[in-house]
Amino acid sequence: MKALLIRDLRLAMRAGGGFGLGLVFFLIVVILVPFGVGPESTLLSAIAPGILWIGALLACLLSLDRVFALDWEDGSLDLLATSPLPMEAVVSVKALAHWLTTGLPLVLAAPVLGVLMNLPQEGYKPLILSLILGTPALSVIGTFGAALTVGLKRGGLLLSLLVLPLYVPTLIFGAEVARRGAVGLDMTTPLLMLAGITCGTIALLPFASAAVLKVNLR
Amino acid sequence: MSLLVEDLTIARGGVRVLEGVSFTLPAGEALVLRGPNGIGKTTLLRTVAGLQPALSGRVEVDADSVAYAGHADGIKPTLSVVENLSFWAKVFGTEGIAPALEAFDLVALSDRPAGLLSAGQKRRLGLARLVLTGRSIWILDEPTVSLDRDAVAMFAKVVAGHLRSDGSALLASHIDLGLNDASVLDLSSYKAKPLNLNDFDEAFL
Repeated sequence: MKALLIRDLRLAMRAGGGFGLGLVFFLIVVILVPFGVGPESTLLSAIAPGILWIGALLACLLSLDRVFALDWEDGSLDLLATSPLPMEAVVSVKALAHWLTTGLPLVLAAPVLGVLMNLPQEGYKPLILSLILGTPALSVIGTFGAALTVGLKRGGLLLSLLVLPLYVPTLIFGAEVARRGAVGLDMTTPLLMLAGITCGTIALLPFASAAVLKVNLR
Repeated sequence: MSLLVEDLTIARGGVRVLEGVSFTLPAGEALVLRGPNGIGKTTLLRTVAGLQPALSGRVEVDADSVAYAGHADGIKPTLSVVENLSFWAKVFGTEGIAPALEAFDLVALSDRPAGLLSAGQKRRLGLARLVLTGRSIWILDEPTVSLDRDAVAMFAKVVAGHLRSDGSALLASHIDLGLNDASVLDLSSYKAKPLNLNDFDEAFL
């Protein structure tokens, strides 16, 4: 499993690996919003948590179709399926690699971009906390979507449509944590819901993804 | 470690292609599958490798002793030859990729990114992976595609060595590998008959 993780990270870092694609997209969205909305600082700080979360979610979505597509095209997925690794482990490692190359950089970049959005000072900690808790769920759900659409040519559109509704609960509670934190309200409830969604998806979805992948490999 | 296939019926894309296929593959032997395009060689190999279910019949094999090599080699173009091979060695929990590199004459290409290799060199890299798996039953789908005559001889030598060490191989190939005592199974005689659809209603049930 470690070997697969290292290989996936290495592939992402090399030329054409797509590392940084999500990050740059995130950067573009968040930089463009202040230009579009206008320089009104009160308005910007009010919408900052929501925009940062939407940006992170879309950036995550952008890199999803690469999770299995390349391995399917060059036959690696068939070979992995006949290897000693259980399919559940393969999809879990894929999700982890996706989070490390997409989710984690987003979490680290969010505070810097928060400055552009005039995020109130007390909002930074809740924002980082909510993104750290929420982005793993985005990667795991996305891996499930990628497993569903593997083998479809240009399956990216279908993938986005399938995954988007599943992302909604994470977005609602994640953005709520960040928003409440920014205005100084108690954020226990959405935080617990967000953590619950993430734990639930990590525990259950790899089994679903593995089952779907086995069907798609036929 | 032997492979037993009994009365197997398989389908590709929902259409039955082969029915009643039975054979055994004892340790130390090779079986070559022959038949025209579309007869279902690849489908049969994928079924035996456990990648897809059979419609009926039985495949008796220890899934942990099978190594499958399909049309695609599973090579990552941005990783070097050594990186590609050591990844599979780690996945299969075996050590030492040097024998595999030597067997397929890849030593000189060790540090080259796999994307820069020629088609035949890529194929050799894909086949070298088999040596690393340490598994006893090799399932090979057209292994000699894009190999030149020397490379085919190289490959035949590796397979012969594998058979001597009590391994076995199931191949779909049109080239005579010069393997002694390799039996040949012609799949044409197992071609599935079209279902009888005389009853008009049945087509909709």
